[in-house]
Amino acid sequence: MAKKLHDTPNLDELEKGPWPSFVTGLKRLAQDNDMAVDLLGQLETSYQTKKGYWKGGTVGVFGYGGGIIPRFTELKDEKGEPIYKDAAEFHTLRVQPPPGMHYNTDVLRKMADIWERHGSGLIAFHGQSGDIMFQGATTDNVQGAFDEINELGFDLGGAGPAVRTSMSCVGAARCEQSCYDEAKAHRMVLNTFVDDIHRPSLPYKFKFKFSGCPNDCMNSIQRADMAVIGTWRDNIRTDEALAKKWFARHGMNELVNDVVARCPTKAFQLKEIKDVKKGEHISSVAVSDTHAVEIDNHDCVRCMHCINVMTGALSPGKDKGATVLVGGKRTLKIGDLMGTVVVPFMKLETDEDMEQLVDLGQRIIDFFAENALEHERTGEMIERIGLVNFLDAMGIDVDPNMVASPRMNPYVRTDGWDEEVAKIKAKQQAA
Amino acid sequence: MAQTQLRRPVESGVPDNKQFMHPVLLKNYGNWKYHDRPRPGVLHHVAHGGDEVWSVRAGTQRQMDIHTIRKLCDIADRFAEGHVRFTIRSNIEFMVSDETKVAPLIAELEANGFPVGGTGNSVSMIAHTQGWLHCDIPGTDASGVVKSLMDELIDEFRQEDMPNRVHLSTSCCEINCGGQADIAIIVQHTKPPKINHDLVANVCERPAVVARCPVAAIRPALVNGKPSLEVDETKCVCCGACYPPCPPMQINDPEYSKIAIWVGGKNSNARAKPTFMKMVASGLPNNPPRWTEVGEVVKKILYTYKADARPWERLSDWVERIGWPRFFEKTELPFTKYLVDDWRGSRANLNASTHIRF
Repeated sequence: MAKKLHDTPNLDELEKGPWPSFVTGLKRLAQDNDMAVDLLGQLETSYQTKKGYWKGGTVGVFGYGGGIIPRFTELKDEKGEPIYKDAAEFHTLRVQPPPGMHYNTDVLRKMADIWERHGSGLIAFHGQSGDIMFQGATTDNVQGAFDEINELGFDLGGAGPAVRTSMSCVGAARCEQSCYDEAKAHRMVLNTFVDDIHRPSLPYKFKFKFSGCPNDCMNSIQRADMAVIGTWRDNIRTDEALAKKWFARHGMNELVNDVVARCPTKAFQLKEIKDVKKGEHISSVAVSDTHAVEIDNHDCVRCMHCINVMTGALSPGKDKGATVLVGGKRTLKIGDLMGTVVVPFMKLETDEDMEQLVDLGQRIIDFFAENALEHERTGEMIERIGLVNFLDAMGIDVDPNMVASPRMNPYVRTDGWDEEVAKIKAKQQAA
Repeated sequence: MAQTQLRRPVESGVPDNKQFMHPVLLKNYGNWKYHDRPRPGVLHHVAHGGDEVWSVRAGTQRQMDIHTIRKLCDIADRFAEGHVRFTIRSNIEFMVSDETKVAPLIAELEANGFPVGGTGNSVSMIAHTQGWLHCDIPGTDASGVVKSLMDELIDEFRQEDMPNRVHLSTSCCEINCGGQADIAIIVQHTKPPKINHDLVANVCERPAVVARCPVAAIRPALVNGKPSLEVDETKCVCCGACYPPCPPMQINDPEYSKIAIWVGGKNSNARAKPTFMKMVASGLPNNPPRWTEVGEVVKKILYTYKADARPWERLSDWVERIGWPRFFEKTELPFTKYLVDDWRGSRANLNASTHIRF
């Protein structure tokens, strides 16, 4: 039995309604956990005053410099004593999830048992960076909790100016759109940087994310310093039986308005079967006895829309790999940045391919560590120095796939032009 | 003096997911052919070799107590096959290899208060941040905003009646950990930080704080004989960037920390390129416990989109077609001068054409 609950009239309102209630969960914990009782007390105070009451600090585990998010209460009485003393220390352990966030019930139960012994009993699946967040341990209990989580085969994630915890989509495990082995890439890359995860010493955070196709379910383009997004080079594959089944169910209006008209580059056309073009870069499939769709794969930008709508009838090609984009981030400090293309396509099939990806990550992080200003993300660094300088340092040749358009102003010194043209020609001849 | 032997960590990094994976997923790894959705909340995947798996998706509160986790495990053991996974939006998925298990699993989840849905063109669970529960700089409480909104949008979670998928996010400060979304709810401070000059010198690394300001509004100053920082309030954009490195520069205010609504962000490359979201409303009160005013605006935008967008238009695609004037007209939101961008690169957000819809 825990101590008596504090009155929580505001939080009680969040027990009403049909969606699962975190307040109900906290109250259940509070039946036998004083920390949960006092957490509810402090949270209710925040709901009344509209203020937060946590401050950071320095708490860690032996051997690591990061991965714990320390929280000490600032809600104190006139003597400086915590008002809610059993939640006065409420630290979080960030723990890296398995790729695709797969679990069996055995491991989840073990995590729950560990957190019942050492913590508040509150776990978030998952935080915005992908961590399993074991929320609410006292300073004394952090080490014991980590030791058991670590023995279970899990490791702390990143915090502060470090390589951060990563996420990958369900991908090859269950998705037909998967263009590479996301889990393998995720593990190979991240496990190369365990030192940079556990011992924060970069200018600022660095995030990798892995999405298996351009639907980018991991939101990597917007929030990863290095986004690895699956794509393919050859033709969209077709399945006539499934195409006809789709058409029989959805009809001509939907095919024309929802698929043909929504193709961003108009690569997707509807034709009478007799008029369908043949050619190396053409995919086509009959949807009825009279009509077929025709896709000019040279014009296709692999946006995924037609494949999403006509799943099974259409699917990504076989020559798969990934596009790598660098520099995505949200507002602070210079404004939002999407990641931009630095490698239009790389194969990710063999171990050697994967090592190339790891090597690229390594070189980008090394350059970032050397050249970024304090608290500057990769996107801001590239904005400051220019993409070309970044590519030079990476030893990557410029490619028109990296730009939305060529330069729109004349403010550039071009006296090296002939030399550059000669280099390009020499490379073309050598190839 | 006796010293306790501390255990050295095993730097194992990312664990192998194959040890936890449902056997049908493991067997058909990288070999799936297609999927369909027999009903909202259920994905049916078919492998090239003919194996099938059904995934039942349910909403959770994300911040889960161990009793909820054990309840979900009980359901997974009794009604599924002992394997689950989580989506990026904190939904849980139960995989079963036998179609007859789907209906009893759904019934059990619903009976235990876990709504089944969040697939296809639905409103999925709101991506959210920590808020007052655990963050050190929050302007609001994400869990409460999310619970309040999902209570009202639960039917849209259970159905697939939207033109396209709708992703929502909430963020408790302008750092926007919640990320880009079709509709995002983000704290917007409206007054410069209140500085406790007695504490700045001891707590803050002053040059780092000066460097953090996006508009160079902070400068070192002596205040009452103590080294501190001062803010040029005519320059300050109230972003709160100075607050994390310098807690004595309090940006959160019970009255003046407002809530803004943003629309049209998407990460997917489907159809148009990925887009950033745009601010369409601000000045909404931060009003716990149920943030009614925020909910009203979100629902107005959501249901206007639902009624007006064509099939497969994401919110950004819809606005692209109808134009911003009609967006504001239809949603009855005021278009104020604060919505005209003046940050760097902002000229790209002005209408440099005569493309005007009448």
